[in-house]
Amino acid sequence: MNSSSVPTETKPKAFDIDRIRAQFPVLHQEVNGQQLVYFDNAATTQKPKVVLDALTDYYQTMNANIHRGVHTLADRATAAFEATRESIRGFINAGEKEEIIFTKGTTDGINLVASSWGRANLQKGDEVIISTLEHHSNIVPWQIICEEKGAVIKVIPVDDNGDLIIEEFNKLLSPKTRLVSVVQVSNALGTINPVKEIIEKAHNAGALVVVDGAQSSSHLTIDVQALDCDFFVFSGHKMYGPTGTGIVYGKRRLLEVMPPYQGGGEMIKEVTFEKTTFNEIPYKFEAGTPNIADIVGLKFAVDFINSLGKENIIAHEEMLLDYAHEKLSSIPGLRFIGTARNKAGVVSFVIEGIHHFDIGMMLDAKGIAIRTGHHCTQPLMARFGIDGTARASFSVYNTTEEIDRLAESLQGIVKMMS
Amino acid sequence: MTKPSINTLQDEIIEEFSLFENDQHAKLEYIFDLSKQLPDLEEEHKVEDNLIKGCQSKVWLISEREDDRLKYKADSNTAITKGLIALLIRVLSEQRAEEIAKADLYFIEKIGMSQFIGSQRSNGFANMINKMKLEAAIAYKDIVS
Repeated sequence: MNSSSVPTETKPKAFDIDRIRAQFPVLHQEVNGQQLVYFDNAATTQKPKVVLDALTDYYQTMNANIHRGVHTLADRATAAFEATRESIRGFINAGEKEEIIFTKGTTDGINLVASSWGRANLQKGDEVIISTLEHHSNIVPWQIICEEKGAVIKVIPVDDNGDLIIEEFNKLLSPKTRLVSVVQVSNALGTINPVKEIIEKAHNAGALVVVDGAQSSSHLTIDVQALDCDFFVFSGHKMYGPTGTGIVYGKRRLLEVMPPYQGGGEMIKEVTFEKTTFNEIPYKFEAGTPNIADIVGLKFAVDFINSLGKENIIAHEEMLLDYAHEKLSSIPGLRFIGTARNKAGVVSFVIEGIHHFDIGMMLDAKGIAIRTGHHCTQPLMARFGIDGTARASFSVYNTTEEIDRLAESLQGIVKMMS
Repeated sequence: MTKPSINTLQDEIIEEFSLFENDQHAKLEYIFDLSKQLPDLEEEHKVEDNLIKGCQSKVWLISEREDDRLKYKADSNTAITKGLIALLIRVLSEQRAEEIAKADLYFIEKIGMSQFIGSQRSNGFANMINKMKLEAAIAYKDIVS
């Protein structure tokens, strides 16, 4: 048989990194004379062209205020906006789309839960459990409401690897515990927390659970029904969607009895000067004109993730994380902060004798974007006795070659500065 | 020997940095070298009162008045900020208070370091410039009154 006539085996190209990178225009530029390496994905991911096009398309073909218009554009805009709600429902496997509330981001979402649920339910002496791994946005809203209500915050400690000490969590749980709010994946260390176990234990103690999914939503498969969490809060912009988009998932029976936390248009049923009645969920929590265009764009980010397959994305990111740990461990004086059993997305480190700010500046001069500082987790940094780390965080479009460039640049920085 | 004017010194620095063209890495290496040449501030001066906080880098600044001039000493916990401080001290220290208070520090942008004085909350450098000028303005007010 003539070999040229043998049909080329059509190997399914599940993960063609060049094709993926081609979809992110921002990656194809030089920064300080070098090809950009973007390793600040835990702060925000870049956006694929389908998302950018969706934003332009929205403004060019359907821009209108939603839900109340009787004209065609308002119908189109409303349909596109609500299509994202359904898409997000599927993305986290919520039971109903009414359980999906749009916000500005994770911070806004946690504030919503703390203000609404917290104000209605917390009482003097009640306890709210958070963890040492929390981002300030999952600390401060609880401090504010607990101070107002006379409730008390308890904190699950972490061990030297950055894993939560679950035995200590067990001890903190009591009949006084009303709510547990924990991060699923730490933004500073990458620790994946055993949230399913935490949720089961909290429920057995009669407490509700908020999961901060800001980092996990793009790195793990999320199933809020399987987790049985009461609230799941995340951001669109950390999963390839536009900035200014966030989601609160809440169980229907909880959302229905929670009071609104912002008043205005959209969230009302009927207003008189004597009394106002409120709209149904989710609109009760979406006062005012929402961020329509960006939420419309968010659906295309979900479609992008689904088109690649979450399991393929996870496998690629795990490979990058392992590769980064291996490559960076050869840098003299480098110490990883966060060596948890299960990690996702993030490698955080310090280098003996070189401040993380200098590391970040020198890498930027080589076209490599990382994040440095306390990552809005000052209590966690204090736990490790440091004032910050250098953090490289990975996404679907990153490559091992980029990690090689990071490692080479770090070698150069160590040689020069220490 | 009288100290050259603020603008003469700024122009000198711009000239030096022009050698690096747009090589940001080479500029930062040079700034790092400058940081090593700037004497450390004595530990007794690294106190809360002299601290200018940035989100990531700390700067300590002290000033002494000599007649109508101000002499500055400063330090930072990060090398690149310290190197930039060395440049700032070269330009402003031992100048007349009136001139410091009025100075237009155009060299920072011209050498391609404007990111340090922008709106990013990452370092104490911008706050340090404000403090230096404020101290000069206070000193000048005192001198003329």
